Amino acid sequence: MSKTLFDKIWEKHVVKQIEGGPSVFYIDTHFIHEVTSPQAFAGLNKRGIKVFRPHQVVATADHNVPTLNQHLPIKEELSRLQVEALIKNCAEHGIELYGLGHPYQGIVHVIGPELGITQPGKTYVCGDSHTSTHGAFGSIAFGIGTSEVEMVLATQCLMQSKPKLMRIHVDGVLNKGVVSKDIILYIISKISASGATGYAVEFAGSAIRSLSMEARMTICNMSIEMGARCGLIAPDETTFNYIKGRPLAPKGELWETNLTYWKTLYSDADATFDSEIFIKAEDIEPMITYGTNPGMGIGVSQHIPSLNEVDAKEKTSFEKSLHYMGLQPGENIKGKKVDYVFIGSCTNSRIEDLRMVASFVKGKKKAQDVEVWIVPGSKQVEAQAKQEGIDKVLEEAGFMLRQPGCSACLGMNEDKIPAGKYCISTSNRNFEGRQGPNARTFLASPLSAAVAAITGKVSDVREFLN
Amino acid sequence: MNHNPNTNFKMSKSINIIKSSIVPLHAENVDTDQIIPARFLKATSRDGFGKNLFRDWRFENDDESTPKKDFVLNNPTYAGKILVAGKNFGCGSSREHAAWAIKDYGFDVVVSSFFADIFKNNALNNFLLPVIVSENFLQKIFTAVEADSKTELEINLEQQTIKLLSNSPSGVGGESFEINNYKKTCLLNGYDDIDYLLSIQSDIEQFEKTI
Repeated sequence: MSKTLFDKIWEKHVVKQIEGGPSVFYIDTHFIHEVTSPQAFAGLNKRGIKVFRPHQVVATADHNVPTLNQHLPIKEELSRLQVEALIKNCAEHGIELYGLGHPYQGIVHVIGPELGITQPGKTYVCGDSHTSTHGAFGSIAFGIGTSEVEMVLATQCLMQSKPKLMRIHVDGVLNKGVVSKDIILYIISKISASGATGYAVEFAGSAIRSLSMEARMTICNMSIEMGARCGLIAPDETTFNYIKGRPLAPKGELWETNLTYWKTLYSDADATFDSEIFIKAEDIEPMITYGTNPGMGIGVSQHIPSLNEVDAKEKTSFEKSLHYMGLQPGENIKGKKVDYVFIGSCTNSRIEDLRMVASFVKGKKKAQDVEVWIVPGSKQVEAQAKQEGIDKVLEEAGFMLRQPGCSACLGMNEDKIPAGKYCISTSNRNFEGRQGPNARTFLASPLSAAVAAITGKVSDVREFLN
Repeated sequence: MNHNPNTNFKMSKSINIIKSSIVPLHAENVDTDQIIPARFLKATSRDGFGKNLFRDWRFENDDESTPKKDFVLNNPTYAGKILVAGKNFGCGSSREHAAWAIKDYGFDVVVSSFFADIFKNNALNNFLLPVIVSENFLQKIFTAVEADSKTELEINLEQQTIKLLSNSPSGVGGESFEINNYKKTCLLNGYDDIDYLLSIQSDIEQFEKTI
């Protein structure tokens, strides 16, 4: 019988099927961080049990860490206590922790792939919705709540109902200045912030195949922003070449065995999906969001919808959203002033993102009244950037290269955008207050963020490329 | 349902019939950053999140002494154990703190025409019942509670029904709602997924030998 990629992985991980109910679903690797795990460990302690498979748990500190002076104690007491609780819990339960100061520390969805932990055909969860990132390797990976973190710590399993399946094809050649972030912002703008709720989404097509692993991760990362349970891409030579030789990747004979299996992981030609969407790569231009959910995006040359272009039922939310953003219906987004530029987060903080930014800004200077924060996704990305001289290029442009962490993506740690200010951000969410109380977010690609850093306003990167 | 009858399940938090007045929240795509902003996720226990529920919609300039008058939680006309909100409720971050905050504030039920996946699971794991209604019925609830703020909803989990109880003539009616059968049994009996999974540990160990 023909099967989808998702089916092939799903079936291998069902421990037990409950009649008329969910499956007991096995998790290969569980990533944890300081914010959504302490209550789960407290739950285990209350039950008097230990972590069931500590060697299948990987921990890091990312959400609550400062991105300057990481060698000093964390200033904010509650943040410090949370990070200390993670250290204590990992020590007590024998869990590997890549904490502050460790050469592998970084954003959980950056370090998993770069260490070679993330592999095709496996299952991954984390108490973080952007766990969908790991699906770029052809795995099932999704975010869970803290009760579920406790479940997986206790039993390495979850109770899961099989989602419906959607496939999104992106075919053709991308336009100049258009990168993977634009693809995913375009898709979400077409199907809305809830358009894939209840689905596992496979991304396919020639435009997807042509992307690097970093670029594929950006797409799967934002699957959750259209409501998807997870996003995944069939593994291919690009995937295998990325994994090979990484610190925790299989080696020798084990590599060969795995590779043979990985090559069977694709949706069979006649496999069926509950929904299929077809997108032409040529239709996509550099994207930017103007509203307060990731579905509110437009091409940078387009105007914000006017009131008569908005569905009557959506009008109230639309007006509320524009009011928050301080924007008018029908006006152009291009030329809007930007106060902050944030290049970072689990969506766009990998070495390729930094290279893209550096190659664009080389020899240019940032606009005078703009503050630019570049936050590498991990210590390894930071080290690589320094080795390649990217740090120098960025500093000469007047950008600040900070230390790894979630930073200004979520308004939790010290890095917040002040009230009323506009930030063009390579992160994943433009919700009200996401980057700080009353902060206003424009989501865009690293390239679009870089050009805004230079001009001080929302700009069309295509006008600056040769 | 395959629960092992010998397992020592907790029975303390079961839910079945809930009858209460309503707090109507006229907003769609309510994300978990609105329900509880990230800067309030620093606790290491599950308690006390209710005071920061909808923090930035409730207070001006992050200041508890200046409540925003037009926000429904600050309007004394509306109170109750049932929160009613527009579609795609709970989208965004997986933070279970959102479910904890709603429950801690005093709600037992959230009614919407559409819930985001992770939020729905988090709610169910905390005995906060997400009730999915049709868009029409959702609008009917909003209209009824606008006409008469004392309007009540009665939710019967066992029968999977939701009923409007109102003095306003437009405010009568009801419908049935869907819920996963397994989860329903858990909620009715106060079962806990972890207890169940622990009870089949030998099956899990057996499974691990096959991979």
